[in-house]
Amino acid sequence: MDLDYFFQLFLGGMTRGSIYALIALGYTMVYGIIKLINFAHGEIYMIGAFTALIIVGALGMTGLNPVLIFLIAGVIAVLTSAGYGVTIERIAYKPLRNAPRLSALISAIGMSLFLQNYVLLAQTSNFLPFPTLIPEFKFLANAGGIISSTQIIILATTALVMVVLTLLIKFTRIGKAMRATSQDRQMAQLVGIGINKVIAFTFVIGSFTAALGGVLICSHIGQINFYIGFIAGIKAFVAAVLGGIGSIPGAVLGSFVLGLTESFGTGYISSDYEDVFAFLFLVLILTIRPSGILGREKKAKV
Amino acid sequence: MAAILDASQVTMDFGGLRAVNNADVHIDQGEIVALIGPNGAGKTTFFNVITGVYKPTTGDVRITAPGKETESITGLKPNKITEKGLARTFQNIRLFQNMTVLENVMIGRHCRMKAGIAGAVFRDRKTREEEEQVVADSYAILKKIGLETFVNELAKNLPYGAQRRLEIARAMATEPFLLLLDEPAAGMNPHETRELDEMILKIRATEKISILLIEHDMSLVMSISDRIYVMDYGLLIAEGQPKEVRANPAVIKAYLGEEFNA
Repeated sequence: MDLDYFFQLFLGGMTRGSIYALIALGYTMVYGIIKLINFAHGEIYMIGAFTALIIVGALGMTGLNPVLIFLIAGVIAVLTSAGYGVTIERIAYKPLRNAPRLSALISAIGMSLFLQNYVLLAQTSNFLPFPTLIPEFKFLANAGGIISSTQIIILATTALVMVVLTLLIKFTRIGKAMRATSQDRQMAQLVGIGINKVIAFTFVIGSFTAALGGVLICSHIGQINFYIGFIAGIKAFVAAVLGGIGSIPGAVLGSFVLGLTESFGTGYISSDYEDVFAFLFLVLILTIRPSGILGREKKAKV
Repeated sequence: MAAILDASQVTMDFGGLRAVNNADVHIDQGEIVALIGPNGAGKTTFFNVITGVYKPTTGDVRITAPGKETESITGLKPNKITEKGLARTFQNIRLFQNMTVLENVMIGRHCRMKAGIAGAVFRDRKTREEEEQVVADSYAILKKIGLETFVNELAKNLPYGAQRRLEIARAMATEPFLLLLDEPAAGMNPHETRELDEMILKIRATEKISILLIEHDMSLVMSISDRIYVMDYGLLIAEGQPKEVRANPAVIKAYLGEEFNA
């Protein structure tokens, strides 16, 4: 077996997994807290990428250092997406918080379609090139093309986000409030937690990481259109379900499992079946563990 | 002095069902008041109205926190009412099961903190100091309630009686002036009930917290209450000191039915 090829696929899978994880976090956190599949989440990712593209285009003319441009674009994209995330919650989900869950789900699908078409009309339906802004690292010259510098940035950023998020949820006050709200929303309110703030904050974090994923993957792949949010959103959703929706470590694990499955599947079998592997794996896992790899099974009270 | 809680003419309808009918309840500073009545009488609904879970159909709930002006809390959100100094427990235990005992109490303390979300994320010095204070305060509360040995245990792993006490500790962490206990002795054995009895009296004595409790355990109710309200089909049918209520024919009828004419 060609070891170089294996490592290439492995790292490719990890990169994919990282991006899925950044998006899946938003799905799983929002589900954990308000039991809603936020179908507009993929669009947040897409809007993050588009915002970055626009900023890069505007700053490209100033002749600034590309790395600096990339950082500025990234920050603005992430903040814009967070704004979109919170606004979506206010407009489309908050009024339906006590409505049947299906109503909120339909509202989410509507929001998703609206945002896709809004970007389609405001921008274009064509694929747009996304410039390469991350320079090739010199020390990678000997790596024989197994890993690119963008991949390293993606893996490192994802790892950092995971660590920060874990600390935030485990140790800070807002993290505790989030856990309490997800376990018993009414009781959380009765011990003095303003749940609207907590829910808004959850959307901010979810949008934040999704946009980060959007910016990173587009600078890796190098092109973008209004539809990228849909397929990435579905894949990340699959990853979240695979890991056990509502569980944060589950979403991360599910994402890497999915990323690696796709990468090895396409690399060793056939690239035509890329999406088939993802969904086949989902079906397999769910038949064995219906609530996902790390999902907690609902115990029936006897 | 004004009553610390004054609910006047509170009515709560659910569709055609009148769960609470024109109830007038007041509690004075330092009192332990019991609300009793047969199952389905509307006691818990009344608690839900006071704590903001439901907005009453008609009527007004006013509070007078010690040292503060009288104000209406009708229609406020539950978390705002908690901030104003009312705390409660539930008849079915509703702890945050997957959090530790200490975290459960800390959650209650948080509404008394000043730092906002930005502080929580960036953790400046002031927030960190405040957070340390919260840990210390929470530990002190657990010690008072006798749960300090369980600090880092997950709430769901606690014995039943300890879970009940933790609910009270969490409620106390919000620094209430009025504590509402919904069937605190439910499911407890006589020994645990006696301990609870002592604990409630101690809370009143040392923390200056007044207490309104719903309870079916009559020995507990009769031994610790200063006053008792009796509710039946949403209507308050009697009010008075334990011995008055015990002798009240309307109360006997509500509990034992029409034919009881011995």
